Amino acid sequence: MNAPTDSSERSAAPAAGRRARTIAITSGKGGVGKTFMAANLAAALARRGERVLVLDADLGLANLDVVLNLQPKITLHDVFTGKSPLEAAILPAPGGFSVLLAGSGLVEYSRLTGEVREQLMSILDQVKPRFDVILLDTGAGISDVVLFAVSLADEVLVVATPEPTSLTDAYATIKVLVTQQGRRQVRLVVNQTGRTGEGRAIRNQLQQVVDRYVAPALIGPGETVKIELLGDVPTDPAVREAVLKRQLLLETLPGCAAAKAIAALAEKIAG
Amino acid sequence: MPAVQLPGDLQLQTALQLLQQSGREVSVDAAPGSVTWLQAVVDALCDLSSRDALTGLANRRQFELTIGREIDRVARSGEPALVLMVDIDHFKAVNDTHGHPAGDQVLKAVAQALQDGVRPMDTVARYGGEEFAIILPSCPPAFGHVAAERIRARVAATPVTVAPGVDVTVTVSLGGAFAPQWVRSSAALWVERADRQLYRAKSEGRNRVCLEPAAVYQVSAEEKSMLFASSQFQDLE
Repeated sequence: MNAPTDSSERSAAPAAGRRARTIAITSGKGGVGKTFMAANLAAALARRGERVLVLDADLGLANLDVVLNLQPKITLHDVFTGKSPLEAAILPAPGGFSVLLAGSGLVEYSRLTGEVREQLMSILDQVKPRFDVILLDTGAGISDVVLFAVSLADEVLVVATPEPTSLTDAYATIKVLVTQQGRRQVRLVVNQTGRTGEGRAIRNQLQQVVDRYVAPALIGPGETVKIELLGDVPTDPAVREAVLKRQLLLETLPGCAAAKAIAALAEKIAG
Repeated sequence: MPAVQLPGDLQLQTALQLLQQSGREVSVDAAPGSVTWLQAVVDALCDLSSRDALTGLANRRQFELTIGREIDRVARSGEPALVLMVDIDHFKAVNDTHGHPAGDQVLKAVAQALQDGVRPMDTVARYGGEEFAIILPSCPPAFGHVAAERIRARVAATPVTVAPGVDVTVTVSLGGAFAPQWVRSSAALWVERADRQLYRAKSEGRNRVCLEPAAVYQVSAEEKSMLFASSQFQDLE
């Protein structure tokens, strides 16, 4: 597929034969900092020289625009309805990355119809040659739309907090992804941790339950599922401050503990 | 077979013999050797190469082609589709008791019963040995069990006369799984899921239908209690 070119997007010119790594960010439970994580990870990756696109795949209740304090004139909605070319909907975000925002007009697309499938697949095909990393910020829950969006990604990143409800939903998400999509590796970010090693403990706990209840039901003999801890992001008052100001943590308070932790996640992702 | 003037040095003798042997007449209103006639020969050869010689069902090759297309269609449209794996129960006993020709007759009769039990749009294939596979596109979950059960009952109610005065009745076990509605899956995984259900139908006593239960999104109380087992967390103190 020929990537459309646009003078305002020179930095995202297609590199010959290369296609972006696509990473879905999901969580099961809402309110665990999924969109916050997507936006700040994108900024951290961009800072490392990666060309990053965040696609707001939370079609029903998109709020990447809110987190980034953007008032987009053109959204995925306009692309879906043919009112605007895809090119015009790819917007620069603070933090040096690009975004494709869903916009609130997409409520009608919150059901997974054939049209939504076709549109998302086609849009991804078109943007893949132009970026190094594409982050798919999915909605909460494990609805069809969320699972479909995740299925389009090469890798999955599950965001959880130490809260029992978040842990349960993260586990349910992993279980569905393993059994229904054949995922064998899932990366985990534990957000809002209170002490060192909490993320590690939570990963171990998840891994144990997966080994006990999910892996034995898999088809291949000896098949395993690996939950990899990408890292912890500690509870940090600076996060609340940045969120309320609708700014990127990595822009406003890059020296705080949470920002440093996110930068470390980006380093691991960029590997 | 009449001598046919072919364009160039085309040698079609073997092909035409194969078609004749399989009972396929190349009957088109076109002169032998013409492009239209050649197309008909090619079409007939394609049909021949996509069918199982004994039962006339789609063969394994055709099945792989069809299921590949179907999985792509499902991923794009989201329409549910079901694949059924069907195995004749105790088929070896038929061969052992009545001989292989009788076994062949049973295979043919079961193939016919399967074909008669599905919609025209469905694909019934001989998967190998006494195992069959059926692809049912646009098959909602509620319809899946009804369709599979109808097939099972039809086979069980169809005695096969394998010799004068000797009727054999066989049963089949069916295992089914609905297509993964997500892009990231494969036809092989789909078939394996159905195969697991077939295995379950066999081990639960045969002559029955087992469909993969709907995905369990719930987390059981046991899983939760293990998830919150305190030991891991206490280690931190």
